[in-house]
Amino acid sequence: MIRIHVSPAAIDIGAEMALVEQTGGAGAVATFTGLVRADDDVGTLELEHYPGATESALRLVAEGATTRWALAAATIVHRVGPMVPGERIVFVAASAPHRAAALEACTYLIDRLKTDAPFWKRETRGTEATWVEARDTDTAAAERWKED
Amino acid sequence: MAIEMLYFAWVRERMGVAQESIDPPAAVTSVAALVDWLAGRDDTSAAALEDRVRLRAAVDQNFVAMDASIVGAREIALFPPVTGG
Repeated sequence: MIRIHVSPAAIDIGAEMALVEQTGGAGAVATFTGLVRADDDVGTLELEHYPGATESALRLVAEGATTRWALAAATIVHRVGPMVPGERIVFVAASAPHRAAALEACTYLIDRLKTDAPFWKRETRGTEATWVEARDTDTAAAERWKED
Repeated sequence: MAIEMLYFAWVRERMGVAQESIDPPAAVTSVAALVDWLAGRDDTSAAALEDRVRLRAAVDQNFVAMDASIVGAREIALFPPVTGG
């Protein structure tokens, strides 16, 4: 089972875990939760995305995980819109018969989504809003989007 | 045929619109040529699209290089490099 959800709503980890555990066929569930960091007096973080394309990109990431490991479930839940430090921005889960596949697939899901999905961050400090610049690693990742 | 343009993040802010319908001439067949054509329309577009090195594109929601074809495209998006989830 693949679940992709992109929404401005707060992420309910209990509800998401229940969906993963109900899938069956799993002896292990590994999860990762990303929180908005309070870096350098950031007051709010706003996440913009490309509706439709974001969901497709995340589905490809999840499908990539299910082809590499025998997973019972792969979940990617991502928040968009304005958030404040401490809030959950992303939740991923992978369930598998055994722990090694679940843990490895969970790492894969979060690593890939960081670079493969069209998200843009804008930080507000006081009254000043700035777009977060892509790191070199992000730029290298963007190069991989080139059609082969 | 009309193409739906989408702009994201600072490209959207600098363009002043999130979305517009365009009808470029038939000679405009690549993303790079389209960016040149858009920039040639007015000062706002020229300034918004000035930093070509920091522009990325998607054609019909597939992320592509700037030399990619736009022939037959229905939706083209321009945006900065992504900054992660």
